[in-house]
Amino acid sequence: MPFSWSFVWEVLPALGRAAVISLVVTVGGYLAALAFGLVFFGLTRARRESIRRLGRWTIELVRSTPLLIQAYFIFFILPEYGIVLSALTTGVLALGLYHGAYTAEAYRAGLESVPAGQWDAVHSLRFSRFAAYRYVIIPQLLPPITPVLGNTFITMLKDSSILSAVAVPELMFVANDLGSERFQYTEPITLAALIYLIMSLSFALILYWVERRMRRA
Amino acid sequence: MGMVEFRTVSKYFGNMVVLRDFDFTVEEGEKVAILGRSGSGKSTLLRIVMALETIDRGRVSLDGETLWDADAGVDPGRGGERGRIRHMRSKVGMVFQQFNLFPHMTAVENVAAAPRHVLGIDAGAALALAQELLARVGLADRARHYPSALSGGQQQRVAIARALALEPKIMLFDEATSALDPELVSEVLDVMRALAHERSLTMLVVTHQLGVARAIADRVCFMDEGRIIEEGPTEEFFGAPKNERTRAFLSAVQVA
Repeated sequence: MPFSWSFVWEVLPALGRAAVISLVVTVGGYLAALAFGLVFFGLTRARRESIRRLGRWTIELVRSTPLLIQAYFIFFILPEYGIVLSALTTGVLALGLYHGAYTAEAYRAGLESVPAGQWDAVHSLRFSRFAAYRYVIIPQLLPPITPVLGNTFITMLKDSSILSAVAVPELMFVANDLGSERFQYTEPITLAALIYLIMSLSFALILYWVERRMRRA
Repeated sequence: MGMVEFRTVSKYFGNMVVLRDFDFTVEEGEKVAILGRSGSGKSTLLRIVMALETIDRGRVSLDGETLWDADAGVDPGRGGERGRIRHMRSKVGMVFQQFNLFPHMTAVENVAAAPRHVLGIDAGAALALAQELLARVGLADRARHYPSALSGGQQQRVAIARALALEPKIMLFDEATSALDPELVSEVLDVMRALAHERSLTMLVVTHQLGVARAIADRVCFMDEGRIIEEGPTEEFFGAPKNERTRAFLSAVQVA
């Protein structure tokens, strides 16, 4: 079948709207991942050994099973226990949970990059825990973890296509839908790929700029 | 009663004995230097006073208040303990071998940080206080520099000013001049010497540089295997060391 420009113009608006959904799910999932990561990380640093073990096992479980299966659990299996979530909420939750396990790891690496002497200094200067993190520790661990967390966002943007399997009306889902209407996939899938490419490259560029600014500061 | 008191204190790291039935008293205003080979427990001694390390046996008190009591089972991580330890730390300031300045803050911000974020003094007043302290260590003109733009000697002087900002009664110097190039030692030593003239300030100086001990201390202690094996007034200590191991250490360090 010849490449049809008229089909391109026909599906472009719908794909554009779907790309916005992809972006919304990714941003929501990203914020959720930052929060889940903090919770996971907090568990692994708890005073009680049993809680630390729970944290480590949770992270391991989430990282060692496919995102797609986790999305299935939330979308198809939780409803059997009376927990019914919309497709969009499922998407945000699944992405956030899965990547939260990785951001927890980034937090850990960032914290370990702060020299022990900094803790000696804040302790000897009587900083409270809150003040120590707020004024001394976090400002020092942000530069090393920014590239990692930035790349996580780009990975999540691409991973959000997996959510098409649980009926989140994002870019991949709509592209697939449009293609199946006429059994003509070339135009919608190529366009979807291009849109992912443009979005990913744009965020990589923004990240590059943020990192450069941070290094100068 | 002493400003710093150790009573039969033992401290272990795993199987290693760092302090062994350690007894030690420093009176208010005294300037004491602690010499010893690396691994003799002298840095740990300071870290215990700063409440950066706990003890396994015995008792430590500062200024008449108990800091550690191994028999009472003090657990530093417990909620109620934190406040007490922060209170005890208000008596003590510490200067570290590696300076440990906050790299993302300028010199004046480093010094102002604790007054602002710990004592709650407003930014303007804290910065004015910090500027004053920097002038006292001869760095008024370096206030806006980041630590990475300062020499080791300058960084250590900022660190001293930072510790002084909380007005401690006891100042601890943990190998404060050991990481410095030889030509930078004297500028830090000058600041320490000026501090030693303050009658009421108690100073504990851990070092392996004999010149530093001579310049600052009224009394010198020599530590070996977790104990003080010889001590005396500075002149006497260096003039006529009695213990064999002290003599061996002194001649080894002097040659080095």
